[in-house]
Amino acid sequence: MSETEVLVLLGRIVVFFGLTITIAAVMTLAERKVSAWIQCRHGPNRVGPWGVLQPVADGIKFFFKEEVIPDNANRALFKIAPAMAAAPAMMTVAVVPFSFPILLDGTRYAMAIADIPIGVLFFLAMGSLAVYGVLIGGWASNSKYSLLGGLRSSAQMVSYELALILSVISVLILTGSMNLTSIFEAQIPAHGSGLAGIFKEGWLVLRFPVGTIAFGIFLIASFAETNRHPFDLAECETELVAGFHTEYSSMKFALFFIGEYSAMAMMSGLLVTFFLGGPSFFGLIQGVDSMWLRAVLGIAVFLAKMGFFLFLFIWVRWTLPRFRWDQLMSLGWKILLPISLANIALAGLLVALGVL
Amino acid sequence: MQVKRVEKRLTFWQRAAIPEILRGLWFTFTIMFRKKVTRQYPEEPYDAPAAVKGQPLLVENEDGTVRCVACSLCEVVCPPKAITIEGGETERFIEREPEEFSIDMLRCILCGLCEEVCPKEAIIMSDRLELADFSRESLVFHKDRLLTPVGELSGRIKFTKGKFDKWRS
Repeated sequence: MSETEVLVLLGRIVVFFGLTITIAAVMTLAERKVSAWIQCRHGPNRVGPWGVLQPVADGIKFFFKEEVIPDNANRALFKIAPAMAAAPAMMTVAVVPFSFPILLDGTRYAMAIADIPIGVLFFLAMGSLAVYGVLIGGWASNSKYSLLGGLRSSAQMVSYELALILSVISVLILTGSMNLTSIFEAQIPAHGSGLAGIFKEGWLVLRFPVGTIAFGIFLIASFAETNRHPFDLAECETELVAGFHTEYSSMKFALFFIGEYSAMAMMSGLLVTFFLGGPSFFGLIQGVDSMWLRAVLGIAVFLAKMGFFLFLFIWVRWTLPRFRWDQLMSLGWKILLPISLANIALAGLLVALGVL
Repeated sequence: MQVKRVEKRLTFWQRAAIPEILRGLWFTFTIMFRKKVTRQYPEEPYDAPAAVKGQPLLVENEDGTVRCVACSLCEVVCPPKAITIEGGETERFIEREPEEFSIDMLRCILCGLCEEVCPKEAIIMSDRLELADFSRESLVFHKDRLLTPVGELSGRIKFTKGKFDKWRS
């Protein structure tokens, strides 16, 4: 490994990991602000100008809070569960390409921490691991509410993961790669291909019908995967107090939230990479000559697209009522699963016929 | 028993859910830009209406004398026993006035019974609601801190007159 390689790797880890943690912190503020606006309130506005230091104040508060562990809890699992909930989401950062690749000393460096050929598989594996944090947290607390929340969440995540994976398969068929950098590069139309190029070679969400349907299924399933409204039956304040994290306090409680928000950030990042062409912006940024400017602009565009989905996550939470448990399961198994299976067949057919 | 069945049939688009979800999302989006209803409290003071029962205060007449005649009705009626009165004699026509009158605001529940029971309109619930302090001693209000010129309390006095008229007639 040359010196440049190590430096680039360290740089990517620091920047992208820091970016994710920052997004998770900002999201705690954004959630409260947007929820306040939707309810005609101001939201937090006392700590710092416009309340921007609220996440810092929250963090300090969490660190100094007393840590309560229930008497009959399984202490070891109780302590490890928050980390197990937060770690998979943060591991996913490794494969998300935030920008266009750069060339240094003749070597091509993708703007993802680990530009592995099976990036999609890695993301799906990490998504499956996320179930354990919630399930173990719910079980180890030795509380009825937590247990029910953990059970619900595991059933829900397993069911929706199926639809999620099957919708990703049609993405793989359309782009022909499992590497996330290649996936977004496959969505950049050739220069000068015009409007037809955008619909045939552009963003997957515009490739009707296969890409659009896959996008819809992935979006719905990602809400369920991250335990967000309208599928947040794992928390479900009205029925289960706080679901799987009822018994948690202080920084452990906060860690569950950091995990949830980084999972949201990663889901948004993958939505952008899979369906909205990653850092590309209608072929405008590829035209930029300077490699560094292109990379920075790419990150900006990527974050803007990601921000839209993060906003959507919050927006939907404060708009829609929660699904009932059986409705959630029937939506997952009876509607999303058949549609995504049919979508794969359609994708294969259309690609074989050369339409897409 | 006759039962009337009201069947609510959803249209096709309503059952398809997605258009309705988008309509709901658009609705909450427009609300985000509406005028906020929150009162930014310490900066925007709360102008309490006359019906608000705040801290009970003693009325001081225009000539600076105490209106209370130390009959101890409020002391007796006070549910949490927050009021303590020591009566004494006075040269004035009313013959009695309180030598010591204290209200323990740590006990007071702002029920307003003292105001209702007072035959002289001498104890009145004011609009003072910011009652927090740092020591127990400072929250026991003595006569010097309770006496308030009648002018400051005229709004509430007028309000109680209207309120209790139905028993007076």
